[in-house]
Amino acid sequence: MSGKKQRITPYFIISVILLIALAIFFLFPLYWIVTGSVKEKSDIIIKAGESVKWLPTTISWDNFARLFKSQTTLFGIGMPMALRWLFNSVFISVVAMALTCFSASLAGYALAKKRFWGQGFVFSLFVCAMALPKQVILIPLLREMSILHLVDTTWGSIFAVIFPVVGWPFGVFLMKQFSEGIPSSLLEAARIDGAGEVKTFLNVALPIIQPGIGALAIFTFINAWNEYPLQLIMLSKSEAKTIALGIAGLQSEMSNDYGLIMAGAALAAVPIILVFLAFQKYFTQGITMGAVKG
Amino acid sequence: MASTSAPKRSLVLQRRETVVSYLFLLPALFFFVGFVLTPMAMGVVTSFTDSSFQNTNTGSSFVFLDNYIRLFQDPIFLKSAVNTVVIVVVAVPTVTAFSLWVGSAIYKMHAAARSFFRCVFYLPVVTGSVAVVVVWKWMFDKYNGLFNYVIRAMGGEGLMWTESEQMALWCIILILFTTSIGQPIVLYVSALGNVDNSLVEAAQVDGATDLQVFWKIKWPSIMPTTLYVAVITTINSFQCFALIQLLTSGGPNYSTSTVMYYLYEIAFRTTKEFGYADAMGVVLAIVIALFSALQFKVMNGGTTE
Repeated sequence: MSGKKQRITPYFIISVILLIALAIFFLFPLYWIVTGSVKEKSDIIIKAGESVKWLPTTISWDNFARLFKSQTTLFGIGMPMALRWLFNSVFISVVAMALTCFSASLAGYALAKKRFWGQGFVFSLFVCAMALPKQVILIPLLREMSILHLVDTTWGSIFAVIFPVVGWPFGVFLMKQFSEGIPSSLLEAARIDGAGEVKTFLNVALPIIQPGIGALAIFTFINAWNEYPLQLIMLSKSEAKTIALGIAGLQSEMSNDYGLIMAGAALAAVPIILVFLAFQKYFTQGITMGAVKG
Repeated sequence: MASTSAPKRSLVLQRRETVVSYLFLLPALFFFVGFVLTPMAMGVVTSFTDSSFQNTNTGSSFVFLDNYIRLFQDPIFLKSAVNTVVIVVVAVPTVTAFSLWVGSAIYKMHAAARSFFRCVFYLPVVTGSVAVVVVWKWMFDKYNGLFNYVIRAMGGEGLMWTESEQMALWCIILILFTTSIGQPIVLYVSALGNVDNSLVEAAQVDGATDLQVFWKIKWPSIMPTTLYVAVITTINSFQCFALIQLLTSGGPNYSTSTVMYYLYEIAFRTTKEFGYADAMGVVLAIVIALFSALQFKVMNGGTTE
């Protein structure tokens, strides 16, 4: 990063002040969720003539206690419904992530490094579908899933959310970009050594495209976690809901219990933020790679 | 890219490679064809029928273009279409310009400061619409909300925010803005970091001002990024749904209904006419494709050749 050192000019100082003000504006909702979730009722209600409680006067876990009141079971283990929602969110994101990384890295490798009949057609199909808005397929998707009887059961409907996320062609596109970087000479050498197709992929291609898989994994995880419209139409049973859907339900049922809603929002936001912070580097890489004009 | 340097390979080898390639493609094609292409095709076909929740068992019949004709006579659809266009026309330039400004302000900073700001602006994208919207809804609340508290504390009169026909759409646009700039900023930071520095230095030696350096050197070289940002922001703004469903449910009096929201309401809440809703989806998809193509043309025309 040498050679483009930041000069300190009045413009730079004004920019930094503005940026910090904006950062506060962007962080504030998050701060308001986290503090709101541990505030007592009297701190949450803003009364005329009283000052706003910017900080909780006392830390109270009462909101979480109400959030965890409704119980359910999972694999025979009793647990609060809200944790079941959290489990569903994690399950959907992890399974979608694993399936996407598996299918997209194989497909991207084939599209980048092999020459076969129909290649151009298959690739343009993926690219064209990517340019279309994914929400317009929601209604026919629900009909397809009911024909397949997936929406009738809790687990079925959970997979009805996973499959379309996996099918979305962005991953194939991203992995094709990464696979272009595999030197063909290495693949040729492996072939001459008598390695089979699968072995060549595992030993030669996989180590090279690994950063790409990392980027795709974190990208898919967060996308699946936040795929709200799809969750909304597929998941109707309470046991099948994700944390986002659960919170949305709480908001429409108990719209005035802000403490409870903030506790739910904290439960939804904090885990995914931790995941993001832990894998931030891969994420930035994934966003930038995906945008490389192809 | 096919058929580059393989005239001498035997037919058997070519056939083998085709089979192997499709085996590699099989899992991806299964999910893609099964759960993306199939519903797309179903949507297009259904948009020409009178299919609805009421006639799921009795069967539906073809009505040709009736759904499409009805769209343009439906005042709520037209209102939703206008709202959608307002959102896109306001959000796309502001998001693009603002993220470019943030990007250029932070890309030369110390690595820690740069990733701090990048993170902060990305957080609303990560937390997802639901968590973001519930807290905004509370802040907008006319009795318990923070905004009205601050206004009253300064001696003003509390506002209606999302409950007012005039303001509600702007509240939506504000939240959409905070959830949209994260990705463009990441892209701009990396694009600006890749601008050829020797060009910048040469221009500075020749006495170019910072503004000239920006317009003559940086702006043309980050054009592909600007184009990409404009296209993804357009697509996202057109599809804006969760914010509306959670914050206003399209109200008051359809002042925040968009095509995407109205489509959802028709399909799942009110009349449950799938055919009619699918026609809306098809129109929306065509409009998005046209807008993206248009942006591509306009912006490319400005730089290349």
